[in-house]
Amino acid sequence: MDLTVRGAVKRFGAVTALAGVDLDVAEGELLTILGPSGSGKTTLLKVVAGFEVPDEGSVQLGSVDVTLAPPRARDVGMVFQNYALFPHLTVAQNVAFPLEMRRVPKAERQSRVAEALALVELSGYEARLPRQLSGGQQQRVALARSIVFNPRLLLLDEPFGALDRKLREAMQLEVRRLQRRLKLTTLFITHDQEEALILSDRIAVMNAGRLEQVGTPSEVYARPATRFVADFVGESNLFDGIAGPDATAEVPGLGRLFLAAQAGTPGARVTLLLRPEALRIGGAADPLANRAAGQVVETVFLGLSVKLRIQPEGGPELLVRLPLRPSEPPPALEGEIVTVGFAPEDVHVIRQA
Amino acid sequence: MSSARREAGLLPARPDPARARERVLVGLALPALLLLGVVFVWPLLRLLSMSVADGSLAQFEKATLDELYVAVLWDSMEIAALVTVICLALAYPVAAWLVQAGRIGFLLGMFFLLLPFWTSVLVRTYAWMVLLGRNGVVNRTLRDWGWIEFPLPLLHNLTGVLIGIVHVMLPYMVFPIYAALLRIDPDLQRAAEGLGAPAWRSFLRIILPLSLPGVFAGCALVFVITLGFFITPALLGGGHVMMIAMLIEQQVREFLDWPFAAALATVLLAATLVIYAALSRLTGGQGHAAR
Repeated sequence: MDLTVRGAVKRFGAVTALAGVDLDVAEGELLTILGPSGSGKTTLLKVVAGFEVPDEGSVQLGSVDVTLAPPRARDVGMVFQNYALFPHLTVAQNVAFPLEMRRVPKAERQSRVAEALALVELSGYEARLPRQLSGGQQQRVALARSIVFNPRLLLLDEPFGALDRKLREAMQLEVRRLQRRLKLTTLFITHDQEEALILSDRIAVMNAGRLEQVGTPSEVYARPATRFVADFVGESNLFDGIAGPDATAEVPGLGRLFLAAQAGTPGARVTLLLRPEALRIGGAADPLANRAAGQVVETVFLGLSVKLRIQPEGGPELLVRLPLRPSEPPPALEGEIVTVGFAPEDVHVIRQA
Repeated sequence: MSSARREAGLLPARPDPARARERVLVGLALPALLLLGVVFVWPLLRLLSMSVADGSLAQFEKATLDELYVAVLWDSMEIAALVTVICLALAYPVAAWLVQAGRIGFLLGMFFLLLPFWTSVLVRTYAWMVLLGRNGVVNRTLRDWGWIEFPLPLLHNLTGVLIGIVHVMLPYMVFPIYAALLRIDPDLQRAAEGLGAPAWRSFLRIILPLSLPGVFAGCALVFVITLGFFITPALLGGGHVMMIAMLIEQQVREFLDWPFAAALATVLLAATLVIYAALSRLTGGQGHAAR
């Protein structure tokens, strides 16, 4: 079912956790709330789940206003950060809990629990206690428990944080598959931008109690609406500059840069974003319209790619990321002076408010 | 390979830090263990031997078969059970409130719990005598308000004894339950609510079972300590309530019958240990589940 949040405000004493949030999640969509800790994303989740009542604004599930409804009346499945499995109940009893509370007859309960456990590939674990399971298995149980009653909405509160990297990636894909298969409207909370890019239909980037931008992962990555989004999502080179005439901008230390389009009225202050992978060095930089010479300050080998920090004389340091084949030598050595360049269409302009 | 050779004495033994730490800890624990051995275990064994000093089990026969004395033991257990149930009923809500109380509420609650806890039992018992007497504060107030015509019999009977003991034992019930409730992840309550449980159902299905180790620990403490109560039943019971500790004291002081007193004390100790063992078995079964 679709979720609509309108003008949600929540204050805790002097702290404003939500400063007016509007959000629409379409039916069957997976929307990620991405933000640093303290950005208000957990409060937003609690308001949607019903654990907090917003001071202002409303929450709607489908056409029903649930702003004041208690959590149990909302039919919302939630996976907690630490899974919150009931430690004294078996896997089957945990998963059956929401059905038990809805007074589903015992026979039906059993078949639905079996079905949910099969979905998360935990058939055969019915009689185990949570502490007898690994972290990943516990998470599957939590997931099964939150979907077994066909919730109107699924909430995931940083569920992958406690898992090691390999398992985390596997679980992310699994959750994604399950969510698509069941067409569950899902609100996913995370501070991990990589995770958000992998999983989401759309991402809402949150900062200081507000949504800075809501868009598809590629939109948010390639065309961030604010400096905060550009900085928080992915790695970035950000320059403050002044818009010039004819699709150019003046950046202190880099001089005149060529852009793909007019940045704004000449003289307006703009922020320019350049993703590290848009930059080229050496011969590959020669045909590009924007070029500078700089010294390689540091190279970091990352396996698939190599990351360079290049310092043009008198200008801002540039972060460069170059793809690397296993047989290739490193593209530049530390201390070397190289030409670095980038194309006008790879510069994204963020207009300052 | 090398460890096998070391065991065979071919290589010098390496210092084992874990073993060294253990030795230090044993050394540090020794004074207290010695003290307990000298002033507690040794006298206890003497007591036991005293009860069978004449070479027969006659004293135990008297203590466990004579209706007069068995009745006292049963009364003691009944009082201990009543106190335990009343304490549990009163303490659980207090513990539950303390867990979610704010800073001020928590400090206030602790103050109310600990102030009497730190006050001498004797002082508190005399205070109850002032409060509960025929013309005590309670009866006078109730009469002034017109709720009662004649003073309620609150002193020198079971009611008085129960009030007095419950008052002393309440903290012993509150703290273990509080500790157990504190260990429960607050997200469990939220999860239960979010999954559709009304407050009472999430309490019965989740919170109560997870707090059972604390409940059992509190019950064991209260029951066992109450079983040996002396001052409070002696003063508030006014001679109408006899608990086993009083009986033992009477045998020693009035009849100088040390062997029989020793047998009674041994029976009390045995009963206490049995009940304690039974309760901690229950606790042990639940203890892991809480974690």
